[in-house]
Amino acid sequence: MSLGGIDLVVLIASLMVASTPIMLAAIGELVAEKAGSLNLGVEGMMIIGAICGFIAAVETGSPVLGFVAAAAGGAVMALLFAFMTQVLLSNQVATGLALTLFGLGLSSLLGQGYNGIKPPPTPKLFGSLGDLPVVGPIVFGHNWVVYLSLILVAGTWAVLKYTRAGLVLRAVGENHDAAHALGYRVRTVRTLALMYGGACAGVGGAYLSLVRVPQWTEGMTAGAGWIALAIVVFASWKPWRVLLGAYIFGGVTVLQLRLQAAGIAIPVQILSTAPYLITILVLVIMSARRGRAAQGAPASLGRVFHASH
Amino acid sequence: MLTLEKRPSPSRFWAGVTPILAVILTMIAGGILFAAMGKDPVEAILDIFWQPLFGDNADYFRAQLLVKAGPLVLIAVGLSLGFRASIWNIGAEGQYIIGAICGAAVGLAFYPADHWYIFPLMVIAGALGGWAWAMIPALLKNVFGTNEILVSLMLVYVAENIQSWMAFGPLRNPEGMGFPGSRNLQQYPAASNPELIPNTGIHWGVVAAAVAAVLAYILLKKHILGFQIRVAGQAPRAARFAGVDPKHLFTICMGISGALAGLAGLFEVSGPSGQISTNFNVGYGFTAIIVAYLGRLHPIGIVLAGLLLALTYIGGELAQLSLGLPSAAIQAFQGMLLFFLLGLDVLSNYRIRVKETRK
Repeated sequence: MSLGGIDLVVLIASLMVASTPIMLAAIGELVAEKAGSLNLGVEGMMIIGAICGFIAAVETGSPVLGFVAAAAGGAVMALLFAFMTQVLLSNQVATGLALTLFGLGLSSLLGQGYNGIKPPPTPKLFGSLGDLPVVGPIVFGHNWVVYLSLILVAGTWAVLKYTRAGLVLRAVGENHDAAHALGYRVRTVRTLALMYGGACAGVGGAYLSLVRVPQWTEGMTAGAGWIALAIVVFASWKPWRVLLGAYIFGGVTVLQLRLQAAGIAIPVQILSTAPYLITILVLVIMSARRGRAAQGAPASLGRVFHASH
Repeated sequence: MLTLEKRPSPSRFWAGVTPILAVILTMIAGGILFAAMGKDPVEAILDIFWQPLFGDNADYFRAQLLVKAGPLVLIAVGLSLGFRASIWNIGAEGQYIIGAICGAAVGLAFYPADHWYIFPLMVIAGALGGWAWAMIPALLKNVFGTNEILVSLMLVYVAENIQSWMAFGPLRNPEGMGFPGSRNLQQYPAASNPELIPNTGIHWGVVAAAVAAVLAYILLKKHILGFQIRVAGQAPRAARFAGVDPKHLFTICMGISGALAGLAGLFEVSGPSGQISTNFNVGYGFTAIIVAYLGRLHPIGIVLAGLLLALTYIGGELAQLSLGLPSAAIQAFQGMLLFFLLGLDVLSNYRIRVKETRK
């Protein structure tokens, strides 16, 4: 099957790869936002994950340890954000920006001397099953992180919807004063949710540096963290829609790369703006539907929680 | 156990002291960071904060201070108006790039003619370019309610791609042997933004920054718009009762910050950097966010903060030469500064009380 010289099977398979980092970051941020914390530092956490994962994988030779280190790096960044916003009660928007600026700087600093190195390869999970026609590349042809990201989406959905922990988390995000009055620990819940978000963003970043590119370059996330934030809005804070959103963006990214390779008569740089323009377009469509509540945003999102008792 | 008690209104004392405290804490934390990298922390801090002002070649560096502080202050003054009213224009970097491209394109269109009005036209084009780029998130917000943070930020990446396209395509120097980048405006007197007084670093961008700071001060103190901005930030509901139109205010604040960022880009591209290249922008649009906060969103504070951040840029370059400190270290350093500042704000907004825990 092909479409204008582009093989559809290859397109879908590479779309899944391209959307994985954004999906991971977005599902993590969704949980943080469901708990009521708006962390605009996703970009910073992702790039820290990218470099931590890269260094760990190169130094130990194990991509698995790389991803673990990336999750830890992202979670530590998120912990910093949690300390600032939950304990020192700082402005969440400004703190998130600080996290991004700091993350970008720190990652370049950590990455000194890691330019131009190839990381150890992350193997495909199902080996030769990936050689099957059509279903091979799409269903079996990926490495374990792709499957992990899908499991995380499903798991997040199930936990938020069916478990007591998920209910408490949503309660904290909808009305922190009421949750506090009921005896739930608002700060603890939010800190944990933020750290989950950080770990997911970190793994997403490491997927860029270890699998998708695979190399370390400064500022390599190139706005992926911000696109992840936009996807959470697009998804109306629903996990399954994150999957859909990430695939749309992955599709646009892959398509414009294919068009570039096909030598179409549009300048490369103009094609490269496609993912960002699509993000804006999607945000506009979503916000045109009136009202914050109608879009499904948690009611306490971004509000400072200060318990006076 | 320590608890926080909200102050009825922010403490003026702490609001003034926290930026200084934040700088000191950043120096300490930065020193630790540099020590961890195997650099002498004291020497690194001295290189960054002392050498450019009082060391060898200080005359040259003091001039550079104004060259770098100019765009930072110009952008930050604009951003601060919006930030005060909780209008988050995070895309100043994009407005800066588009302003530079529009201004430079107008100048290059006249090449090699020599008229007095070329540079003024470029200034207008630069401001309009930045303004127009900022109007995109403003319009989308006002019509559809789209989040301005994400839209203005996405437009930075779009602007960077346009910049790269311009450098390789439409604006490429036809006599540049095929290298990317436009003609150098410094070598085209009618379109250049030269140093006005030799060896001071003062060019039109620095003058514009000073004028913008003064005007912003008057605006906030004396003008009804300044009052509306302050009320909208501190009490949005009260602002509505006072007849403030939030959409109108949004358009104005975004427009001013976009135009100023565009101006900063134009003055930079026609002066210190000289040409549209793939990397003539050095992140002033993002650093200006730190400048705005460090200056407490106040014009005078912003001028001081702009000079300080300019100092870290220059000192960072010095430390790069003398200690081999990577340039990224300064970026991390600046990020840390914003963290400490935001964290210490707890002191101006809350009282810390010691409370006995009930058993």
